[in-house]
Amino acid sequence: MIRFTEVHKGFGPKVVLDGLTLDIPEGKTTVLIGFSGTGKSVALKHIVGLLAPDQGAVSVEGRIVHELSPEGLAELRSQVGYVFQFAALFDSLSVEDNIRLGLARRGLDRYEIEDRIRDSLALVDLAGAEERFPAELSGGMRKRVGIARAIAFRPRYILYDEPTTGLDPVTSAVIDELMVRARRELGVTGVVVTHDMRSAYTVGDRIAMLYHGRIRQVGTIDEIRQTDDPVVRNFIEGRPTEDDRRLLEGTPS
Amino acid sequence: MTSPTAASSHRLERSITRLGRAGLATVQAVADVRTWAPHVIPQMRRLGVDSVPIALFIAIFTGIVLSLLSKYIFTGAVPLYFVGALVGKTVMMELGPVLTGLVLAGRVGANIAAELGTMRVTEQVDALETLAYNPRSYLVVPRVLAGVFMFPVVTALAMGVGVAAGWVTAINLLDLSTLEFVKGLRLFYRFKDIWFGLLKAASFGAAVTLAGCVQGLGTRGGAEGVGRNTTRAVVLGCEAILVLDAFWALVLL
Repeated sequence: MIRFTEVHKGFGPKVVLDGLTLDIPEGKTTVLIGFSGTGKSVALKHIVGLLAPDQGAVSVEGRIVHELSPEGLAELRSQVGYVFQFAALFDSLSVEDNIRLGLARRGLDRYEIEDRIRDSLALVDLAGAEERFPAELSGGMRKRVGIARAIAFRPRYILYDEPTTGLDPVTSAVIDELMVRARRELGVTGVVVTHDMRSAYTVGDRIAMLYHGRIRQVGTIDEIRQTDDPVVRNFIEGRPTEDDRRLLEGTPS
Repeated sequence: MTSPTAASSHRLERSITRLGRAGLATVQAVADVRTWAPHVIPQMRRLGVDSVPIALFIAIFTGIVLSLLSKYIFTGAVPLYFVGALVGKTVMMELGPVLTGLVLAGRVGANIAAELGTMRVTEQVDALETLAYNPRSYLVVPRVLAGVFMFPVVTALAMGVGVAAGWVTAINLLDLSTLEFVKGLRLFYRFKDIWFGLLKAASFGAAVTLAGCVQGLGTRGGAEGVGRNTTRAVVLGCEAILVLDAFWALVLL
């Protein structure tokens, strides 16, 4: 289980996480929703130790991430796949080398590595794209390669950072389907950061809304759909609040 | 309120801690041989071999100008075969290493800072970490080693070509024979002239590549940040070369 306990994180004077507490149970996909800039990606980066909390702790299976030794952190990262918002593929490497890079340190032999590359590309429907370079791929294909790279080493957890942002609705639906397929076929625990509610309802078992640096509400899809909380309701229904309206009125046409 | 003594002792403690952490991180990065070893030769080719044409171009014109300049200085005062001495000493001990270093600070320093800076802002460095790689081992160590090995090689070539350009100029434009030029060249020659120049070049290589890596990995804020840190890397590299040049002269001459 992944557990956030009273996590505080700021960048200079800006407070991003302000006492975030959240449990992410095994075997399910938890979707973290919230307005842009509310710290969803920052929260995700704490899970793999890319950021350390100013106060509080993030633990994975009881191990406090920011207290791990470099070896402990490497061991933790070998269990967590991370799909970045813009895929973060290595420009100078081909698709298969991007995936191979993640497999090279897992103690697999050459044949196993080749099998894993082939299987993970097949899972994201990109068989045959091995030799292509990231610059030759569309946005959707890059995200699929990012997912293939994350699932290739058979992680226990996969973290998706805004996997459908910037994609057309059809490609977004394909990515959603891949996330569902990854959980079903590989049995991984997923954490998805998104503000795309259609995607959240498709891939999530639970939804947690981050608001002003802490969890506003967490629950099943049905619980979130039927919420009485006006902030959550406005967000999931895409209705601007009075504050948002005032901002728009102040915007010159 | 904290007293000035306590504040400065706290600052000193923080600086020592930071230095200690940086030292430990460097030791860990260098110790991770299987990560950096495969990348040293490709980096030597990229940073060194690909820089040879521009270094030789500079060396040719340095040799020509030195030859003409020494004739202008010596005419009527010193025997003209001293042209060989001045060209040889100056190219081997000072202009060869320093001009080559400055040119490579522009080419190599900017190249490294822009590449790593782009990797940083597109989350490729974060992706490396999530794949359990130490970015210092994967990105920094091979580039610094390539700089330390290849700057002297490129400088040695530039020294040879610079002296040859001075010789061709002398025999064609200064009415000097080859024998006279060589006589001047050998007059004050010491083996130290060469190793002094090459040692300086190796230190320039370390400084320029380190400046590029530190600035590149420290990039924040998108394209603007990449541009800003690339400029800083070049400026820092050039400054380091001039400081190191004075340092070696002070210590070894």
